[in-house]
Amino acid sequence: MATQHSQKLARSMMAPSVIALLIWMAVPLAMTLYYSTLGYSLYNPISTPFVGIENYTYFLTDPTFIAALTNTMVLVVGVLVITIGGGILLALLLDQDIYGVNIVRLLVIAPFFVMPTVAALVWKNMMMNPVYGVIGQSMSAIGLAPIDWMTDVPLLSIILIVAWQWLPFATLILLTSLQSLSSDQKEAAEMDGAGALSIFWYITLPHMSRAITVVILIQTIFLLSIFAEILVTTNGGPGAQSTNITYLVYQQAISFGDIGAASAGGIVAVILANIVAIFLIKAIGKNLDA
Amino acid sequence: MGKIQLKSVTKAFGGVKVIPNLDLDIEDGEFVVFVGPSGCGKSTLLRLIAGLEDMTSGTILIDGKDATNLPPAQRRLAMVFQSYALYPHMSVRKNIAFPLMMAKMDKAEMNRRVENAAKILNLADYIDRRPGQLSGGQRQRVAIGRAIVREPAAFLFDEPLSNLDAALRVGMRLEISELHQRLKTTMIYVTHDQVEAMTMADKIVVLRAGNIEQVGSPLELYSRPRNTFVAGFIGSPKMNLMSGAHARQHDAATVGVRPEHMDLSTSDGLWRGEVKVAEHLGSDTFLHVDSKDHEEPLTVRANGEFQVKAGDVVYMTPQADKMHRFDDKGLAIG
Ligand SMILES: Nc1ncnc2c1ncn2[C@@H]1O[C@H](COP(=O)(O)OP(=O)(O)O)[C@@H](O)[C@H]1O
Ligand SMILES: [Mg+2]
Repeated sequence: MATQHSQKLARSMMAPSVIALLIWMAVPLAMTLYYSTLGYSLYNPISTPFVGIENYTYFLTDPTFIAALTNTMVLVVGVLVITIGGGILLALLLDQDIYGVNIVRLLVIAPFFVMPTVAALVWKNMMMNPVYGVIGQSMSAIGLAPIDWMTDVPLLSIILIVAWQWLPFATLILLTSLQSLSSDQKEAAEMDGAGALSIFWYITLPHMSRAITVVILIQTIFLLSIFAEILVTTNGGPGAQSTNITYLVYQQAISFGDIGAASAGGIVAVILANIVAIFLIKAIGKNLDA
Repeated sequence: MGKIQLKSVTKAFGGVKVIPNLDLDIEDGEFVVFVGPSGCGKSTLLRLIAGLEDMTSGTILIDGKDATNLPPAQRRLAMVFQSYALYPHMSVRKNIAFPLMMAKMDKAEMNRRVENAAKILNLADYIDRRPGQLSGGQRQRVAIGRAIVREPAAFLFDEPLSNLDAALRVGMRLEISELHQRLKTTMIYVTHDQVEAMTMADKIVVLRAGNIEQVGSPLELYSRPRNTFVAGFIGSPKMNLMSGAHARQHDAATVGVRPEHMDLSTSDGLWRGEVKVAEHLGSDTFLHVDSKDHEEPLTVRANGEFQVKAGDVVYMTPQADKMHRFDDKGLAIG
């Protein structure tokens, strides 16, 4: 975009899509904002009086909200830790010249192609079921008491399921980054007397920092809105032990029929997501600069 | 100390023998240059010495001790890579200090050595910058700095100047030579550029297809090339090699005469020819001459300015005592 002329041209060419995007984002947001100020119950949709900020006070002072907020954060952080830790290990493994590495790579990517509902159901019924599940059976086989995952540790179960789904993504991004590390640098470090651990810590990990940042940013956006896995496994329970903000909004709207409160919850979720985004960009965004 | 001996070293990648069989002694404090055309195995040989590649067979002794199976870090050799291989996320200071940090050297000594290296190499002005903010020549200096702080037994350079522009290359060439004068540490320097080899080396090792063609001082190689390959490779412009009738006159399969060992005249001489291209450099004049007496065009060098242009007729007379004779295997006679 060197000249003024080309800049102007570029702007006018982009205008339609920018406007379409704005409308596409602004209209639902405006509608949600509007509904969040109404006393709008699905059980009595005829009367939708204006109630001001009542829906917000109701949503924010609901004890479930604090629980859901905590659960959301635990979910996001838990999945990030597992996927990045595991992703780095897997990427290091898949970067080796070992026999059959191509097939292993394919297998590692596979979970990404499984739909969230299917993945969650498979985990719930075939892996984590205390009686029939693979984990339960294995534990029984070696004489341990099986865990009733969905009841005893519902949030951890969901973290594990979601982490399983996102591990391939993290691995793939980290692997490409790893493969772009020049062998000269590793060899130079080797000659400088760095062992395998030092090379990883001083050379490999800093090299991957940008990829790690990308994984954190992208995954956080998706992880804040985890829903399907909760719906088909724990329904947010027991109690609110595995309810996150998204699921709470859904409950307000569908289970309690309170469109006003759900809309207020939706707005709260949007604000939260923005706070997280700003925080992340501030904290690690500098890694993205070239 | 930095005496390096290679004994019957071979290296094969898969089935391809890159280094068939090689013996070489490098004395302590020597500046040795490996020179040869691209792909002849110079880098491979250097990496074998560094320990970055395993030898297929043979032994390497460093200061008399068997180092064949030592990992790179324990060979006390420092390498400067063609790509510089600096650590991009570390400042210049950290880059240089890295090998010392790995050796768990104490802070004071580490700082002393880093400062000293920075002073020798004029790095002080950008010691806190990252490699990405430096020019090619500056990066090169940092890479050298990282090598010298270790005070290694020998330095290994793999075409360190090939990414620099011509002017900078001449400057860095001098700096590396000065560094060698100052440190008196063994240096092994790989290049495909015979000018670098001639100007820097105490000892040149000419390689072709993984074999040593000749080892000697620059002037030995220049005045007594062992075969036609070395004769053609060392010296710029290239030696004129002639076979056929001219060679038979001298009882040889091939005779060679360097461009600077021919007397030029516009009036009379042994061979008559027509100037194809004249390169006037001021200090020298290079003429590329087509001669009926020869299949190949001849290159002639005159000292200073020689007033001819393309199309002019010149006469050339080779200096009899500067002729090189080679037998039918390409080996020098006499
Ligand atoms: N890692 C490797 N695997 C297979 N062949 C290699 C490898 N490294 C070098 N070679 C081959 O060995 C020969 C010599 O390479 P190299 O030592 O890099 O040459 P030079 O440095 O003299 O240009 C080349 O033919 C190259 O293709
Ligand atoms: Mg090379």
